[in-house]
Amino acid sequence: MSDHHVIPVRVYLTIISILMVLTVVTVWVAFLDFGFLNTVIAVGIACIKALLVVMYFMHLKYSARVLWLYAGAGAVFFVIMMALMLSDYRSREWFPAPAAWEVTTTAPATSAPH
Amino acid sequence: MSAADTQLAAGDPPKHYLNNGLTIRSWLLSVDHKRIAILYLISLTIFFLLGGAAAALFRMDLVTPEADVLQSETYNKLFTMHGIVMIFFFLVPSIPAVMGNFLVPVMIGAKDVAFPRLNLLSWYVFMTGGLIALGAIIMGGVDTGWTFYTPYSSMYANSHVILAVAGAFIAGFSSIMTGLNFIVTIQKMRAPGLTWFRLPLFIWAMYATSLVVILGTPVVAITLVMIFVERFFGFGIFDPALGGDPVLFQHLFWFYSHPAVYIMILPSMGVVSEIISCFSRRRLYGYTFVAFSSLAIAVIGFFVWGHHMFVSSQSVYAGLVFSFLTFFVAIPTAIKMLNWVMTMYKGSVSFETPMLYAYGFLGLFVIGGLTGLFLSTMATDIHLHDTYFVVAHFHYVMVGGGVMGFLGALHFWWPKIIGKLYPEGWAKFAAIVIFIGFNLTFMPQFQMGYHGMPRRYHTYAEEFQVFHVMSTAGATVLGAGYLIMAAYLFWSLFKGKKASANPWDARGLEWETASPPPTENFLETPKVTQDAYAYDMPSVTCPPGAKSEAERV
Amino acid sequence: MSSHSNAHVAHHFENAEQQRQSAQLGMWIFLVTEVMFFGGLFAAYTIYRSLYPEAWVVGSHLLSIKLGGFNTAVLLASSLTMAMAVHAAQTDKQKASANWIILTMLLGFVFLGVKVVEYAGKIDHHLVPGPHFFVDPMAELAKLEAAGIQVGQHLRHAFEGANPNHIQLFYSLYFAMTGMHAVHMIIGAGIMLWLLVNTRKGVYSSQYFNPVEVSGLYWHFVDIVWIFLFPMLYLIGRH
Repeated sequence: MSDHHVIPVRVYLTIISILMVLTVVTVWVAFLDFGFLNTVIAVGIACIKALLVVMYFMHLKYSARVLWLYAGAGAVFFVIMMALMLSDYRSREWFPAPAAWEVTTTAPATSAPH
Repeated sequence: MSAADTQLAAGDPPKHYLNNGLTIRSWLLSVDHKRIAILYLISLTIFFLLGGAAAALFRMDLVTPEADVLQSETYNKLFTMHGIVMIFFFLVPSIPAVMGNFLVPVMIGAKDVAFPRLNLLSWYVFMTGGLIALGAIIMGGVDTGWTFYTPYSSMYANSHVILAVAGAFIAGFSSIMTGLNFIVTIQKMRAPGLTWFRLPLFIWAMYATSLVVILGTPVVAITLVMIFVERFFGFGIFDPALGGDPVLFQHLFWFYSHPAVYIMILPSMGVVSEIISCFSRRRLYGYTFVAFSSLAIAVIGFFVWGHHMFVSSQSVYAGLVFSFLTFFVAIPTAIKMLNWVMTMYKGSVSFETPMLYAYGFLGLFVIGGLTGLFLSTMATDIHLHDTYFVVAHFHYVMVGGGVMGFLGALHFWWPKIIGKLYPEGWAKFAAIVIFIGFNLTFMPQFQMGYHGMPRRYHTYAEEFQVFHVMSTAGATVLGAGYLIMAAYLFWSLFKGKKASANPWDARGLEWETASPPPTENFLETPKVTQDAYAYDMPSVTCPPGAKSEAERV
Repeated sequence: MSSHSNAHVAHHFENAEQQRQSAQLGMWIFLVTEVMFFGGLFAAYTIYRSLYPEAWVVGSHLLSIKLGGFNTAVLLASSLTMAMAVHAAQTDKQKASANWIILTMLLGFVFLGVKVVEYAGKIDHHLVPGPHFFVDPMAELAKLEAAGIQVGQHLRHAFEGANPNHIQLFYSLYFAMTGMHAVHMIIGAGIMLWLLVNTRKGVYSSQYFNPVEVSGLYWHFVDIVWIFLFPMLYLIGRH
C-alpha cells in the first residue's frame, strides 16, 4: 500500500537543501527591483517552498487522494475569500461618493442641522 | 436516569446505552457518542429556554410603543443575548451535536465516531464557551448585537464584549471538533456495502454541514481574536483613526456567518429528506440531485456573504457580484424542494407528528427562502435593510427551517433515542400550536418591516403597534407550544409506551438495532445490500403486522 | 491479524489501517481549519497592504532580515528533524526517533528565543501598537542613510509618504500574525514533549506510529505559515 511508503533519507536531504537555497534566493531577489513583480516572486517562491514541504515532508505525494482533496480545499477557499474581499476594495473608487459627502479635513466637525 | 432505574427494577432488562452505567460520572466521562448526544440535548434545551426567555421579555416590552417594562440599555442587552444564545449555543450545534452525534455512527453501521474522546471534549469546550457567555450576561450583559460589529464592539461598547467574544470563540472550537469528527467518520467508517450513494441523505447533509463548519468557523474565530486584541491590548486592526476599516470586520464576520446559515439549515434538510420519504412510503425522488445539492449549497454559500453589506461602504460593483452570486443558492434549494414534493406525489402520505413538522418546514422555508431573494436584490435591500422584514425573513429560515427540522428529528428519532413513544395526540396538537404561533409572530413583521419599522428599536411609531401586538400574541402561543412539547416529552421519559426497534416501519441501519441501541450500536457489524429508502421492499426488522405496536397512547 | 498489531487499535476501529487513515485525515482536516484561521489574518494583511503600500515598506524596513532569515533557516531545519523523527519511528529506530524529537524541540525553542529578542527590540523602540506607539519615518530614513544603505527613489518616496498611523496598523498585524504563529510553536513544543515521553516508554513502533506522524503534519504546517510570513513581513520593498 502506497500509504506505508517510507521515504529515503536522501530525498529529505535534497528537499531541505532546495528549501535553504530558495530562502537565500528570496532574500536576494528582494533587493533587486522588479517593480510589482517583487511581490509576485516573493509569494511564488513561498508557494514553491510550501509545496515542497507539503509533498515530501508531509508525505502528501504518497498519500490517498482524499487528503489531496482536503489540502486543496484549504487553498481554494482561502483564495475565494481573498478574491471576493479584494473585489470590494479594488472597486470602491470606481464609483466615488458624492462630493457633498466628503468630510473636509480643514473645518472642525460641527453638529449636524436637526 | 430513573427511567432506566424502573426498567432495571422490572427485571430482565436488555442492556442498552442508557442503563450501561447509572452514575453521574458514567455520563460526564462517557465517550459513547449516544450519551454525548444526550448531554448536548440537555444543555441545548437549557440554552434554548434562556434565549427564549430573553425574547419573551423584549416582546412583552414591545407591546406598547413606549418603553415601559425595560430600560433601553436592558432592551439592547436582551436582544443581543437572544441572538448570541440562540445562534451560537442553540442553532449551530442543534441538529449536528444532538441528532448527528447520535445518528451518524448508527446510520453508517459504525461503533462510534472516529475520535470519541475528541467528541466528549467538544461537549466540555461547548459548555465552557456557554458558561463564559452566560457569565458575560450575568455580569451585566452585552449590547453589541450578536454580530459584534466594529467599531462599536471594539472601541465604544462599555459592556462585557471580551467575555461574550471569548464564549463564542470557544464554542466555535466545539463545532469544529464535531465537524471534523463527522467527516472522518463518514469518510472512513462506513459499514461494508454502504457505498456513498447508498447513504441516507441525512448523512450527506451532515457531511456538507461539516465542510461548512471546518472552512468557515476558523475565520470567525480569528476575527473574534482580532476584536479581542483590539479591546484588550489596544491594537487597532479595525480602528478607523489608524486607517483601519471597520467594514473589513463585516467581510470576515460574514464569510463565516453567512455560511453559518447553511450550518443551521442543511441538517434540517437532511432530516426532512428522511421524514418525507418514510411517511410517504416512497423512495426519495432524485436521490443524487438531493445529495449533490447539499454539497452545492455548502460551496456556493461561501460566495455570497457580501449581500449582508449592501448598505455598508462596500463598493456597488462588489455588491452587484454578490447579489448575482446569491441567486445561485436558490437553485440547489429549489431542487431539494422539488424532489421532496415529487416524493410525496403519489406516495401514501400520512400525518404523524414528524411529518407535520416536515410539512411545516416546507411551507415556512419556502417563505423564508423566497423573501431572501428580495433581500439579495440590491435595490430592494436598500429599502428593506435593517427592518423587521429582515428579522421576519431570517426567523422563517432559522425557526421555520432549522427549528422545525430539529423538532421533526426529535420526534422521529425519539423512540430510538429514549426507547419510549411520545403521546401522538398531544404531539400533533403541539405541532399545530407551534405552527400557528410561529406564523402569528413573524408574518406581521414582514408587513411592518416593509412599512419601515427598523429592527433593534426599543420604541416605535404608534402606527406599528397593531403589528407588534399581533407578534407578541403569536410569541405567547409559540412559547405555549414549546412548553406543551417539553411537558409531554418529559412525561414520556417515565410513562411513555415502550418503543419497538422500528416503530415507523422505516428503512435505514438505525432502525435495525434495538431501541434504545446497545452501547456498541450493533451486536455484529451490519452488511448493507440495498439502497437507502427501500420502502418498496419489506423491512428487515419490522415484519408485516408489527405496525400495530406503534399504536399511540 | 496478529495480536501485536491489534494492541493499539481502538475498539471502534476495524483494523490498524482504518485507524491510521482516520488519524491522517483528521489531522489534514484540522490543518484546513488552520489555513482558514491564519487566512483571516492574511486577508487583513493583504487588504491593508494594498491600501497603504508605503507604510508596509517602512514597517518592513524596521524588522531585521538577519533575525528573520536565521529563524527561517531554524524552522526549516526543524522540519527536517521532524521528518527524520517520523522516519525513525517508521523504521523501528525508537532511540533515534527520540533524539530527533529532542532536536526538533530545541530548534523550536531557538526560534522562540529569537522571537523574544525581536519582540524586546520592538518594545524598546516603541513599535508595539497602542498608546505608546511612536514612529517617525523621516528619522528612520536618516538612520538608514547614516548606516550607509543606498536609498533608492522608491524607498525615499515610501518613507516620505508613509503615515505613522498606517505603520501602526502594520505592527498590529505583525504582532497578531507572528504572535499567533508563536502560540502554535509553543503548542507544538508541548506536543513534542508528549511524543518524547511516549517514545521513551516504547509506545511507538513500525506497527503504530500515528501520533508521531500526525504531530509531524502539524509541525510542518506551522513551518509553512512561517515560510509565508517571512517574505510578507520582512522583505517588502527592500530594493
